Amino acid sequence: MEIFTEHVNGIMIHKITIGHIHESGCTGCLAALMDNYQGIFTILDKYADLVYGLTLVDVRKIPKMDVALIEGSVCIQDKLATDEVREVRDKSSVVIAIGGCACSGNITRFDRGGQQNQPQHESFVPVSDLIDVDIFVPACAPTPEALRNVCVMTYLLLRGNDEQKALAGMYLKPLMDLARSPYGSKASFNTLMQEVINLGLCMGCGSCAAACPVRAITMEYGKPQGLRDLCVNCGACFSQCPRSFFDHELMEHHEQIMGMLKAVMQ
Amino acid sequence: MAAPLGQYKMVLFARTTDKEILRGAQNGGIVTALLSYALDTGIIDGAVVAAPSRSKPWRGKFDPWRSEPIVAMTRDQLLSARKTGYNISPNVMMIKEATRSYGLDRVGIVGVPCQIQGVRKAQLYPIGMRGVPDKIALVIGIYCMEVFPYQSIVQIVEDHGGVKMESVEKIEIGKGNFTVVTERGRTIQIPLNETRDLEQPGCHVCLDYAATLADISTGSAGSPAGWSTVFIRTKIGDEVWKRAMQAGLFETKPIGQVEPGLGAVEKLAVEKITRNKKTLEDRDFIGTKGLRNPYITT
Ligand code: SF4
Ligand code: SF4
Ligand code: SF4
Repeated sequence: MEIFTEHVNGIMIHKITIGHIHESGCTGCLAALMDNYQGIFTILDKYADLVYGLTLVDVRKIPKMDVALIEGSVCIQDKLATDEVREVRDKSSVVIAIGGCACSGNITRFDRGGQQNQPQHESFVPVSDLIDVDIFVPACAPTPEALRNVCVMTYLLLRGNDEQKALAGMYLKPLMDLARSPYGSKASFNTLMQEVINLGLCMGCGSCAAACPVRAITMEYGKPQGLRDLCVNCGACFSQCPRSFFDHELMEHHEQIMGMLKAVMQ
Repeated sequence: MAAPLGQYKMVLFARTTDKEILRGAQNGGIVTALLSYALDTGIIDGAVVAAPSRSKPWRGKFDPWRSEPIVAMTRDQLLSARKTGYNISPNVMMIKEATRSYGLDRVGIVGVPCQIQGVRKAQLYPIGMRGVPDKIALVIGIYCMEVFPYQSIVQIVEDHGGVKMESVEKIEIGKGNFTVVTERGRTIQIPLNETRDLEQPGCHVCLDYAATLADISTGSAGSPAGWSTVFIRTKIGDEVWKRAMQAGLFETKPIGQVEPGLGAVEKLAVEKITRNKKTLEDRDFIGTKGLRNPYITT
């Protein structure tokens, strides 16, 4: 695994193309991506060309691209939106749902219409309910660091050497599995209950409570207790939990991987 | 899975030369001494540690048998956090608090292996851990065989041991027994195979004993009384340890020299991993569908 530290040199010439597609979200996901500050310039300088993105790129028609980052859920009463995600799927090699709304509906799960100026827009579904999504990056907002890690790994998956591809594949596997799982697009505090605690897997570490953006989780007698009325269905708790998914073989290389992520972002 | 003891650069016996710390220490005082040194020298500016519960006072003091995490920013806080019980303290819960609410840039954290897994997952998959991954400065792991929920401890002490929680002075788990020492000096030993069922169920699918993902991990297993075995695992761990040694913080002995040594640690690790792998396999045959296995194997 020596390669982790030497990596990038020599493969930077093959940039990937990347787009940001904005469905029904609050632009917080895009803001989170930008919160990588210099990091985002490094990504755009060395690894990716941004070919589509509302407010960022002056392109009207969705182009072909390697990686599409979709933010927001999709309103099924809005034909433009349902057509658009379909087109994105057709034109992209990898579709990544970023943020709670795109992955699991998040706050848009509470919408039931009536807002001006489109009161009939009342039904919002996560992107993976309409098209195949390859990778999930849940949470509201997704963190700059998670977006950075996933972008770098996706780049390595597409352009890396064999060893880098293998590493990136290992890293992305659980986020790919999540995109296809029966519970990924339904995530809420209940998912943590049903898939971890109800299955006898919880060991009380508190990662879920730390991950929750609305402090809906407290630890009572060593186990998470959810205030379900506060839960916004962002999916962060479940994905953060070491007992939702954990790859011992990959995690053993945590030091090299963190080192690589740092080096790549220089 | 990899080697039961994980990857490490060095393993040795050590105990702190800090008399104040050693006096109240369970073994070699490694964790408290390291954190205190790291605080003094700015390697960290705070540490998440398990401390006696402040939300549920007991005998007019914080309850030592019910631990909860605090962000310790002084040596006094570290000293008051020692001697916690064998129930789990959700330490990872405080890791984002430490960076966001306390505004720390260099966070230390202590935990049992599963919590260290939580910390490393927070770094590699920081799904809901904004501001955390790059601010973890020192991760200290403690060996762990299993823990008990607080209510199980009450049940063991009061129902199996026949003494009130209020009279407990000390609880020790090891050498096959759950040992309770009362204020008035009575010692009660309950064999661990009698308390097995009362352990936290999540511990029975746990595949790490020696905190293999920590920067430095330590525990009493394998070491002579009053000493600890210490694994230096990562570059950060190595740097911090070297600095602490130069500052005269620890006495050490090479591990080959003293019995029982590394073999004893390995034996416990293998025992735990083998037993829990078996539990995971058995879970596949619960009902006709089996139960979800959280571990990805390729
Ligand atoms: S993160 Fe998972 S294992 Fe940890 S306390 Fe929450 S549910 Fe339990
Ligand atoms: S409990 Fe919190 S982290 Fe979990 S899904 Fe709900 S809002 Fe998100
Ligand atoms: S046995 Fe494993 S799961 Fe249980 S407390 Fe120890 S490290 Fe955590």
